[in-house]
Amino acid sequence: MNWISNYVRPKINSLFSRREVPENLWTKCPECGTMLFHRELAENLNVCSNCDHHMAISPRDRFKSLFDTGIFTEVKVPEAVVDPLHFKDQKKYPDRLKAAQKATGEKEAMLVAEGEIGRTQVVAVAQDFSFMAGSMGMYVGNAILAAAERAVKLKRPLILFSAAGGARMQEGILSLMQMPRTTVAVQMLKEARLPYVVVLTHPTTGGVTASYAMLGDVQISEPNALICFAGPRVIEQTIREKLPEGFQRAEYLLDHGMLDRVTHRKSLREELITILRMLTNQPPAVKGDLPAPTPEPAVVATPAAPTAG
Amino acid sequence: MNYLEFEKPLAEIEGKAEELRAMGRSNPEMDIAKEAEALDKKAEAMLRDLYKDLTPWRKCLVARHPERPHCKDYIEALFSEYTPLAGDRNFADDHAVMGGLARFNDQPVVLIGHEKGHDTKSRIERNFGMARPEGYRKAIRLMDMADRFRLPVITLVDTPGAYPGKGAEERGQAEAIARSTQKCLEIGVPLISVVIGEGGSGGAVAFATANRVAMLEHSVYSVISPEGCASILWKDAEKMREAAEALRLTAQDLQKLGVIDRIIKEPMGGAQRGRREAIDAVGKGIEAMLKELSGKKPEALIKDRRSKFIEMGTKGLAA
Repeated sequence: MNWISNYVRPKINSLFSRREVPENLWTKCPECGTMLFHRELAENLNVCSNCDHHMAISPRDRFKSLFDTGIFTEVKVPEAVVDPLHFKDQKKYPDRLKAAQKATGEKEAMLVAEGEIGRTQVVAVAQDFSFMAGSMGMYVGNAILAAAERAVKLKRPLILFSAAGGARMQEGILSLMQMPRTTVAVQMLKEARLPYVVVLTHPTTGGVTASYAMLGDVQISEPNALICFAGPRVIEQTIREKLPEGFQRAEYLLDHGMLDRVTHRKSLREELITILRMLTNQPPAVKGDLPAPTPEPAVVATPAAPTAG
Repeated sequence: MNYLEFEKPLAEIEGKAEELRAMGRSNPEMDIAKEAEALDKKAEAMLRDLYKDLTPWRKCLVARHPERPHCKDYIEALFSEYTPLAGDRNFADDHAVMGGLARFNDQPVVLIGHEKGHDTKSRIERNFGMARPEGYRKAIRLMDMADRFRLPVITLVDTPGAYPGKGAEERGQAEAIARSTQKCLEIGVPLISVVIGEGGSGGAVAFATANRVAMLEHSVYSVISPEGCASILWKDAEKMREAAEALRLTAQDLQKLGVIDRIIKEPMGGAQRGRREAIDAVGKGIEAMLKELSGKKPEALIKDRRSKFIEMGTKGLAA
């Protein structure tokens, strides 16, 4: 650590960060088309103020709005072998990785953190859909294992926010093997009798749904999130008929008994606190006593902090 | 014999030999023996040549060959007293998944496998080996029983993938697969898995999270079908050859990656050309793997299985 890496590099990175480009000041809601000002949108946790559509939120912003006073500590994730198969389609896999790193300012598709919510100590892990569709490869597996191990070590509950197109094809069979691998992580929590709460966000599909994202003690989803194993297009091709309105959306799954709750992003923090305090046998939270997360300082581009190691 | 596209030249020669023999039968004075024998030799050499170094895409075709022995054939030949146990106790019995009690070399075991069917009628009944949630939930129930009565579990994997249907999704396909994988990791009995044809993605993992995983020489095991991968990454489903290459889905590659433990050799020209031989080889493989695990305590079996999957991909990548 020196002033060069602490000061100069983030500065340089933020100079080139996409998020500061003026045309990003306005975001069009993909559902209702309303133009939303960035400051307003961030304050609203990336939920459209007009139609309540829940847009993607980066793991960092998610954690800032989740943890007390917005403070959390990143948990280190062990490195994964990069490009184990030397995979090449139209692009080389390492090139795709680099592009995703540049676009998101993150190292990979998963962020692990620890901190307090409502003064309950937790470990949280969030998947980043903007990073190669949040796809699950070795690194994501490592992140979940690291999160579970940390939770077990500190005897804390684990909250997981899922968002993924599925397994990362570029890691072939090794991405598929993250299904049993992450299931082992869930087992560790189960055996340590620690609560494992999954918050499914739009979209959660494929091998991710068919492993750690469906194995929570409590399954919560954000409104209208697509949650499925096979995507609607694949199903339509197979059965050759139109699917019903709202098929595979959170509310549909709730109706079919596949989820415990569908919860608005703005109520999520409160709800997680309530549930976790009960599952860990703590007295009810005193309203007003809880340090609320700091309001989001708008467009402070999260610099591509070069995570050490 | 059902010839695959790349076997066409072989089909021609074998066809000619057949024609010649037919001619010989109708004209006994003609001496065709020598010529027919020469053609046979040529065909044999060609077969050896074709199968010596199958490309990954060709392996996919062989793995899907309709005349390959299927789960049902293995059960009939290798197991005695097979007693199918049906249903998930919730909704239905999934015919894409066979399961029940059986004896392997007199030892009682629990047997679970995907069955694709062998003709139009049975293929439809078996849903082409694509299981629905009920299939995985039946498997969970059977594994639970195996655990309680301390019976080894043997699974035979042969599925294009879990069924992508409306009802399957509504009834929790993803959850069923996740729980089945979880159950595989929980049971304190030997769990042995053989990929006999196609190991299609999550639908395969749900049965193959095992202490020992073997694959037949020309079977495949992959996160996605080459066609699916090609249409997503190449935006062109016709690029399946390239995708099959890139995915590293052959038994040989998977052994190098440390994902499987054993390759079971197939007869020359694939299991479809020597069904009995292939079945016997699988039987020997199961026997050997069971022996490796015999006498291990339940806790050790669970621990071994877990460590195996935790460590997978982190070391020994001989890629």
